[in-house]
Order: sequence, then structure tokens, then C-alpha cells
Amino acid sequence: MQAIFAIIAALIVVSAIGAISFRNLVHCALSLVVTFCGVAALYLQLGAPFAGWVQVLVYVGAVAILIVFAILLTRSDENKPEPIFGNNWKAGGVIGLLLFSVMVYAITRDGLDSTPLPAKPELTVREIGVDLMTQYVIPLETMALLLTTAAIGAVIIAIRLCNPESSADSDTHAKAAGSVEATH
Amino acid sequence: MDTLIHIFSGIVTLLWRVVTDQPDQKAELLQALPQAISPLVNVILSISPILMIFPGLFALTTWLERKGLGRIQNRLGPNRTGPFGLFQPVADGLKMLTKEDIIPRNADQVIHFLAPITLVIPTFLGFAVLPMGRHLVPLNMDAGLLFFFAMGASTELSIFMAGWGSRNKYSLVGAMRAISQMISYEIPLIISSVTVVMLTGSLSLVNIVAHQSGWLGGIIPRWNVLTPWGFAGFVLFLIASLAEANRSPFDIPEAESELIAGHLTEYSGFKYALFFLAEYLGLFAMAGLSTTLFLGGWNAPFEFLDFVPSYIWFFSKLVGLVLLFIWIRGTVPRLRVDQLLNFAWKFMLPMALINLVVAAIWHYTSVWVFPASLILRWLFCAALILIPYFALGKFISNAGHFAPRTYRYAE
Amino acid sequence: MPRPPVRLKPLIETKMIPLSYYLILAALIFCVGMAGALMRRNLILTLVGIELMLNAANLNFIAFWRYNPSAASHAGIMFVIFSIAIAAAEASVGLALVISIYRHYKTINLDKIDSLKG
Repeated sequence: MQAIFAIIAALIVVSAIGAISFRNLVHCALSLVVTFCGVAALYLQLGAPFAGWVQVLVYVGAVAILIVFAILLTRSDENKPEPIFGNNWKAGGVIGLLLFSVMVYAITRDGLDSTPLPAKPELTVREIGVDLMTQYVIPLETMALLLTTAAIGAVIIAIRLCNPESSADSDTHAKAAGSVEATH
Repeated sequence: MDTLIHIFSGIVTLLWRVVTDQPDQKAELLQALPQAISPLVNVILSISPILMIFPGLFALTTWLERKGLGRIQNRLGPNRTGPFGLFQPVADGLKMLTKEDIIPRNADQVIHFLAPITLVIPTFLGFAVLPMGRHLVPLNMDAGLLFFFAMGASTELSIFMAGWGSRNKYSLVGAMRAISQMISYEIPLIISSVTVVMLTGSLSLVNIVAHQSGWLGGIIPRWNVLTPWGFAGFVLFLIASLAEANRSPFDIPEAESELIAGHLTEYSGFKYALFFLAEYLGLFAMAGLSTTLFLGGWNAPFEFLDFVPSYIWFFSKLVGLVLLFIWIRGTVPRLRVDQLLNFAWKFMLPMALINLVVAAIWHYTSVWVFPASLILRWLFCAALILIPYFALGKFISNAGHFAPRTYRYAE
Repeated sequence: MPRPPVRLKPLIETKMIPLSYYLILAALIFCVGMAGALMRRNLILTLVGIELMLNAANLNFIAFWRYNPSAASHAGIMFVIFSIAIAAAEASVGLALVISIYRHYKTINLDKIDSLKG
């Protein structure tokens, strides 16, 4: 069990660092997919298979594809090698290191590992369903509203309506029509 | 020597119990083996039938498809390699294995190499939860249907990798179209299977098949396809699975006359064979899931036919659906990509949601117990499905948008 | 004589992994995500960093749920399910905004999108 955890943890850390450090954006996105799969494997090891398969279905099957589509639709000139770090990259690195050290100190300070490992909880899908319909029904309905709003909002933000009244478009339309007429 | 006799009798017991549909097939063999390797042998015994049967079925289907398409198109199909062309898959396999593997110089080497592998692995994994017989499911997962759809969703990313890694504008456009087609049709696919889950009360495929066992009066099976919501759901699921598998009439991404085979353009040799294998295996997985959800899985249609082993029923239903897919491929013309996406979002998604509501109405009217209530419920729910079907069809068809056709003949 | 039921030993003996290992791993992913969101100058990589942070938090929840002595509470898994759904919604809106910004500024370089600065 320790060996499995060590392998999956190493995979997750390496691919997470890769996801933020590759020069090519698509490589970053694919390395992020490996991270998601690794985290799903950890959920399966911890005895939460429902969460693990939902992680694969939603993150790998939807979020990663969204990221990839956005990368492809916003591509600029790839031949100019520009520096990959922003203007304040040193501050970002220092903040990350500081936060990590504070968190490790907080985790290893008190006796967190003294309680024994309880038996593996057999959480069936039926129990999750019952919980969703009784105790967590208000978050469920709120989630439905949120997802609908997000979907409609994303479409409205990103849609490109054909607007024939704008002057730039009418200029190009006139030029195109003129050139077509000239070739006849 | 004693151990060898025990192992041999364990193997014979395993084969006998598999053939005659009895539970506990592997127990004797695993007891005879030494403790160190018996878990490993358990795993291998669960996996290797899938690795042997479904690629074999793939070889048979390629032959069947070429013969079937040939006959539909009024020609013979392959008939030179072996009797009736039965060795054609062998010839195809040899050709694919010995072809030169050409990789473009500008292609992204790692991604171009990994794309066929990341397509084949989730497709094989999806077979692990299909109940192929009464006691023949490799892995009885509590959330089996969710696992199957998670594996289906993972295949979309490998199509993007194939399209982008080839550094070819046609591959990229083909991959984009393929991915948008697959994510559009994933929603009606999942919603039409949610109706089955709702009425069975479990995500485990074994429970879904067990729920469809039994016969009404010994004659009518309790399959989900024989209910109005089940029939509509079955049709929706079949259409969506054709689109998920990138098959005609939805094969814009990889048809020969479109975009030079789309995301598969820069692949040759064994990698192309892997893509081909993954497409057909995905088709088998979808057909297997449709039989599990709607056609009653391994259940026999009539009670007097119950002596036939359950895996024969499962595989004959699966092969029947594959023949249906081949028939559709030969008959229906290809859809354009905007017609395809319109169909998914404006027709299939509303129909799937209406189907969900009708399934709930079917469940709640099951308290009617007066005589002939079954027929009344059936007609009521069927009317609730057919009226939106005709209304939506009229709404999205272009029947009224064209001027009456005028014919002009050469003078 | 009936045989005793077969009890297969698992492939690998289970030793307990301390809870702090999972928490330190989650902290590491969180900090990697945050550093990535702050250091890179590409707008999409900021979103990638945010997704990494959300994954780290979800891992924390599941680890605490598993090691929880009172076994009847399902709050860990419920929270993770809702968190995954919210992450999907947020990624879709965020990426729609990225596309819209690209159409306007013709670049997604964060150092160049600074017309509201100062």
C-alpha cells in the first residue's frame, strides 16, 4: 500500500509541476490531465470510488477538454520565443514556498497520526443518493441553478453574433462584393 | 504431482461451470494453486477472456461489415482470401503490421505516439463492468455505469491528441469536429441511460439486468425496451452511441471524402490498426451497454427458452445490434456537421428530457391496478412521447423554408 | 466433506499510511498550483493553477473523511461532489471570459492586459 501511494504521489507531483512549467500550452494541459487521473487514483485508494469516477468523468472528460479548446482558440504566433514567467515571478515563488512551509508545520505539529485507521467505510451509491435527496437537497438544487446560470452565461460571454450594422464589417462586405463583381 | 492433478481438475471445473452458467467458477482452481500466486491468477483469469473474445469479435465484424456493405451496395465484397473471404481480417492484419510507420518530421513525437494508446486503454477498461452472463461479470462495481461513462469520456482527449500531435491543419479541424460531436452526443446518451437508473434504483449493471428478469405470464419479458420510455430511450441511446463511435451517418471526422480522414490522417501501419481496433471495440462496448440497459442483458426472451445459456443471449443481442449498425451505415447518407450538432442539441436533448419525465410518470402510474391498466398506461405514456416528437420534428425540419421545386429541362 | 470457503489474501499487505502524508501531498499540490497561477504570464495557466488548488482541497476532504473515526458522516464525499461540479461551472465561465478577452486584446499575456492599472 505504501508503494502504491508513493508511486501515485510521485506521479501527481511531477505532473502538477509539469502542468505549470511547460513552454507549450498543450503540454501543460495534458500534464494536468495526468494530475487529474492521479488524484482520481488516490480517491479510489481511499475508498471513495464514486468520487473517483466522477473526478474522471467531469475533470478529464469536460474541464480538460474546455481548457484545450480555449488554448486552441486563443493561439498567438508560436515562432516568437517569449519568456514564460511574468513580471512578478519571484514574488509568486516566494509566496508558494512560504505557504507550503507554514502548512507543513501546521500538519506535523500535533498528534494527527495517533488515531488508528478506522475500517474501510462501504459507501454505496444508494446512500449517496439518499443523502442528496434528504440532507443535501438544497445544495443540490442550488447546484442545478448554478450550472444552468454558468452554461447560459458562458454562451452569452463567448458568443459572436453576426452584426451587419457595424461599419468595419460593412466596409469589408463592400470590398468583397466589389471584388466578386470585378471577376465576373 | 498431487497439486498438478488438483490444478487440472480445477481447470476442468472452471470450464464446465462457465459453459453451464453456474456461479463460483474459479474457486476450485484458486484453491489448488499456491497462496502466493493465486490472486494474480484470479486477476488474469478475469481479464484474459475479454482480451481474447472482443478482438476476435472485431476480426469477425470487419469481415461481416465488408460483406454486408458490399451486398447492400449491390456488389460481392471480399471473396478471394479464403472461403467467402473469411481470411480477409488476417490479410488486413498482416498488411497493417507490415506497413511502414511514417511520422511527420514536425509532429509532436510524444503526443503523436501516445494518442492511439490512450484511446485503446479506456475502451478496453469499459468492458470490465458489462455482465456477459448470469455469473460472468469481470468486476461487479457499485457505480458500474458511472465507470463506463467515465471511460467513454476519456477517449475524447486522445482524439484531440491525435489531431493536434500531427501538426496538420486538416487533422486539427477534423479533431475539433470529432470532439464537438462527441461531447454534444454524450448528453442525450447519459440522460437516456439515467431513465433506466431511475427506475431500477441502482447504478450497478448487474442489478439493472437482474431487474429485467422474469416474464409477465411466462410470455412477455420485462425488458426495458418494451415500455414506452424504454423504447424511446433505446432509440435515443442507439443514435447517440453511433455518434459517440464516430460511425455513419455521423462519420464526418473520419470519412474518406471528408478532410482526408480527419484526425487519423498522419497515422499509418500499426497505429492506424490500433485506432481502427479502438473504434470497433467502442462500438461493441456501446452495443453491450444498450443490451444491458434496454434489451435485458443475458435474459432469455421467453420462458421456454431459458435453458439456453445466458452468455449466448447476451452475445447474440450484441451481434444483432452490430448488424443493425452495419445496416444503418450502408443505408443512411452522411450528416453535415451543422446538421449533426443541430440534431443533438435541438432534437435529442429535449426528447431525452421528456423521456425522463415520461419514465417518472410511468413509475407513478404503476399504482393503477384495474384490469387493462397496463395497456392504458402504455398508450398514455406513448402519447406523451409521440406528441413532442412530432412537434419537435416539425420545428427543426426545413420543410417550409424552401420554395417549391421547379424543374428546368434542356431545350 | 465440504471445502472451507476460499479466502484470498490480497496482493500486497496493507500497512497504514499516516494521514499527514495525504495532507502534505495536498499542501504540495496547492502550493504548486498557487505558484503557477502567480508566476506564469498566460491567462489560461492561471486557470490551470486554480484547478490544481481545487483538486488539492478535494483531496484533503476525502483524506479527512476516510480517517474520520465517526463513520456515519458523509460530509466529505458530498462536499467533494459539489466541489467538482462547481469547478466545472467555474472553468466554463472562466474560459469563456478568456476567449472574450482574446477577441478584444488580441493577446492573453497578463503583462499586456493592464489598461485598468494605476
